[in-house]
Amino acid sequence: MAVTVSPSSGAAARPITRAIRESLFAGVISFGLFFLLIGLKTDQNIRNELVLVQRWGLLAAVVLITMAGRFLYVAFGQPALERRKAAQANAPASTAEPGFIRRNFNAIGIAALFLFPILVVSTAGLQGSLKWVDNFGIQILIYVMLAWGLNIVVGLAGLLDLGYVAFYAVGAYAYALLGSHFGLSFWILLPCAGLMAAFWGVILGFPVLRLRGDYLAIVTLAFGEIIRLVLINWREVTNGSAGISGIPKVSFFGLMSFNISDDNYIGKVLEIAPSGAYYKIFLYYLILLLCLLTAFVTIRLRRMPVGRAWEALREDEIACRSLGINTTTTKLTAFATGAMFGGFAGSFFAARQGFVSPESFVFIESAIILAIVVLGGMGSLGGIAVAAAVMIGGTEILRELDFLKAIFGRDFTPELYRMLLFGIAMVVVMLWKPRGFVGSREPTAFLKERRAVSGSFTKEGHG
Amino acid sequence: MQYFVQQLINGLTLGSIYGLIAIGYTMVYGIIGMINFAHGDLFMVGAFIALIVFLILGALFYSVPVVVALLIMMIVAMLLTGLYNWVIEKVAYRPLRGSFRLAPLITAIGMSIALSNFVQVTQGPRNKPIPPMVSQVYNIGGISVSLKQIIIIVVTAILLAVFWYLVNRTSLGRAQRACEQDRKMAALLGVDVDRTISITFIMGAALAAVAGTLFLMYYGVVSFSDGFVPGVKAFTAAVLGGIGSLPGAVLGGLMIGFIESMWSAYFSIDYKDVAAFSILAIVLIFLPSGILGRPEVEKV
Repeated sequence: MAVTVSPSSGAAARPITRAIRESLFAGVISFGLFFLLIGLKTDQNIRNELVLVQRWGLLAAVVLITMAGRFLYVAFGQPALERRKAAQANAPASTAEPGFIRRNFNAIGIAALFLFPILVVSTAGLQGSLKWVDNFGIQILIYVMLAWGLNIVVGLAGLLDLGYVAFYAVGAYAYALLGSHFGLSFWILLPCAGLMAAFWGVILGFPVLRLRGDYLAIVTLAFGEIIRLVLINWREVTNGSAGISGIPKVSFFGLMSFNISDDNYIGKVLEIAPSGAYYKIFLYYLILLLCLLTAFVTIRLRRMPVGRAWEALREDEIACRSLGINTTTTKLTAFATGAMFGGFAGSFFAARQGFVSPESFVFIESAIILAIVVLGGMGSLGGIAVAAAVMIGGTEILRELDFLKAIFGRDFTPELYRMLLFGIAMVVVMLWKPRGFVGSREPTAFLKERRAVSGSFTKEGHG
Repeated sequence: MQYFVQQLINGLTLGSIYGLIAIGYTMVYGIIGMINFAHGDLFMVGAFIALIVFLILGALFYSVPVVVALLIMMIVAMLLTGLYNWVIEKVAYRPLRGSFRLAPLITAIGMSIALSNFVQVTQGPRNKPIPPMVSQVYNIGGISVSLKQIIIIVVTAILLAVFWYLVNRTSLGRAQRACEQDRKMAALLGVDVDRTISITFIMGAALAAVAGTLFLMYYGVVSFSDGFVPGVKAFTAAVLGGIGSLPGAVLGGLMIGFIESMWSAYFSIDYKDVAAFSILAIVLIFLPSGILGRPEVEKV
C-alpha cells in the first residue's frame, strides 16, 4: 500500500469506506466491552439480594455513540490531522518574534492571579466570591504548589516519585497535631512542617538510592501507602480514619485573627462587616505567595551547582558520576527539597480545611500531581501551572454543571462523572501532547547567550 | 504448629491470587517495559463480569452445579477482560510506544482512574455481596481447609502449568520471549511484534480475570474500588520477585501472601500492609532488582 501512489480521486472515497468499516468494528468491540457492564446493572432489592436491572436502551445509545465517534474520527478527523501535519512540515520554520503576551506570559499571569480575588469580589460580591476564590483559586494553587514541588524530584532530578502525597500528609498532620495540641501558630509551624517533611524525604531517599526507574516508583508508592496506613492505624495520635478536626486558623501574623469571637477579629479591627470571605481571600494570597516562593526557589536552584547536578542526573547518571558529582547527596537534596514544599502545602491545606483525615492522602492524589507535572511538560513551571489549571479547574467546573440536570433528568449527577472524565482527559491529553504542554525548555547552562540561536547568528559561525 | 500450618494455607490462598495478578504486570513490563497501572482495575472489572455472569446464571437456571458456574464465570470473565486490555493497549499505550518513559505511565494511571470510575458510574458505588457459592470446610488433623481455598490453589496451579507451557513450549511463547529480549531484532526475523504484544496484554488480563473470579468466590463481595489494593500488592509482588521474571512474579505473590497472613496472625492485622511494603523496601535495598530479576546493566 505504501508503494503505490493512489490517484487523488480514489483517495477521497477511500476514507469513507474505511470509516464505515472501522465504525462497524468499533461497534462490535464496544458492544463486547459494554453489554454486561452497561446493559445490565446490579442492584440490591428489598431483601438485600442482588438483582439485575436491564438497560438495553442505554447500551444501544453508548454503542451507537462509539460508532459515530469512530466514523467521524476516521472519515474526517484523521485526514484533517494529516493535512495539517503535512502543511506544518512544508511551511518554513517561523522566525517571528513571539508576541507580547507570550513574551510576558509569566508577568501577566502573576498579575492576573493577584487581581483575581478583587475582580471576583467586585463582580460576584463578598459572599458570592467564596466559591470562586476557594474552590477554584485556592484549590488550583494548592495543586500548582504540589506539582512544582514534585517537579523538583521528577522534572529536575528525574526520580520517579509515586508517593509524593506522603509529604503532603506529613506537613498537614504536623500542623494539625502541633497546632491543636500546643497551640503554636501557623507561622511557626509552617517551617517546622517543611523541615519535618524534608526529614521524611531524606528517610525515603536513603533506601531508594540504588534503585532506578520502576523499582523506585514502587518503593515510593509503598512509602506513600505506609504513611497513610500508619495515619489510619495509629489511633492514639492521629485519631485514625476519623481524622483531626478543629485545627486552628491562620492569623494575620498575630495582628488580626479570623475567628469572629476574638477581640482582634479582622472585622472589628478594620471596622467592616464580618464575613467568612476575608479568610478565604487571605488564604488565597497566602497560597499564592507560597507558590511564588516555590517557583522562585526552583528557578534559583536551577542556576546553582545543586540544580545543575539534578538536571545532569536526570540526563545521565553514569556520566554524572564519572564527572565527580556525588549522586547520593544530589538525590537526597532533591527528595528533601521536593518534600519540603510538599510539607508547606500540607500545612496550608490543614489550615484551610480545619480538618485532616487519611482520606485526603490517597494514592490517587499522588497520581494526579504526577500527571500534572508530566502534562505540563516536566521541568517547565509555566506549563505545569497551566496543566494544573486545566485539570483541576476542569474537574471543579464539573461540580457546577447543575444545568445538565435539566437535560438528563433529576437523577443525573455530574459529580459522579467527574473522576471518569478526569481519567479520560489524562489519557487524551497525553496522547495529544506526549511531551506535555511545554515540551522545550530554556537551557540553564549556555556558552554566550541564553536566547535560542537565531538564523542570522548561525551564519557568523557561532551556532 | 497447627496454627502455623493454618496460616501457611491462608497465605498460599492469598498468594495465589496475588501471583495471578502479578504475572500480568510482569509480562507487560517484560515485553514493553511499562507499568500497566490499570491492571489492578482490570482485575476488578474481571470480578464484576464474573459477578454479572453469576447473577445471569442464577436468573436463567434454577440451579447450576458450582463447578460449571465457576467455569462459565471464569471463561466469560477471561474473554471480556482480555478484550478490555486489548482495547486499552491499542488506544492508550500503542500510540505512545517509543515516546518518552513517563507518557504511557500517565495514560495507564488515567486508564486506571477511568476504569474504576466507569464501573462506579455504571454499576453503582455500593459493595456487591453474593451468597456463598461453596461453603464446605474440611478438617484435616485440626487444620481447617475450606473448599474455596482448595479451588483457588488448584485453579492457580493448573493455570500456571498451562501458562508455563504456553511461554516455554509454543511458538507464541517463543515470539514473546524474543520480543522481550530485542523487539527490533524479533521484527526483523518475522515476528509480528504488535500482535505478540496484544496477545501478551490479553493473556495478562485473562489471568487477572481468573484472579478476580476467585476473589469474588473467596470473599463473596466486590466493589468498584477493589482493584487498587490487590493491584498494588500484586505490583509489589512482581517487583519483589524481580519485575520481568515470570517465576519471580509467582514467588513474589506467594511471599506477599505469606507475609500478610503471618503478620496478621502473629503481630497485628492493622499493620499487615505496612509489613508487606516494608519488606519490599528492605529486600530492594539488598537486591535492587528483586529476588529473581536480572540486574539492569547499562552499557556506556
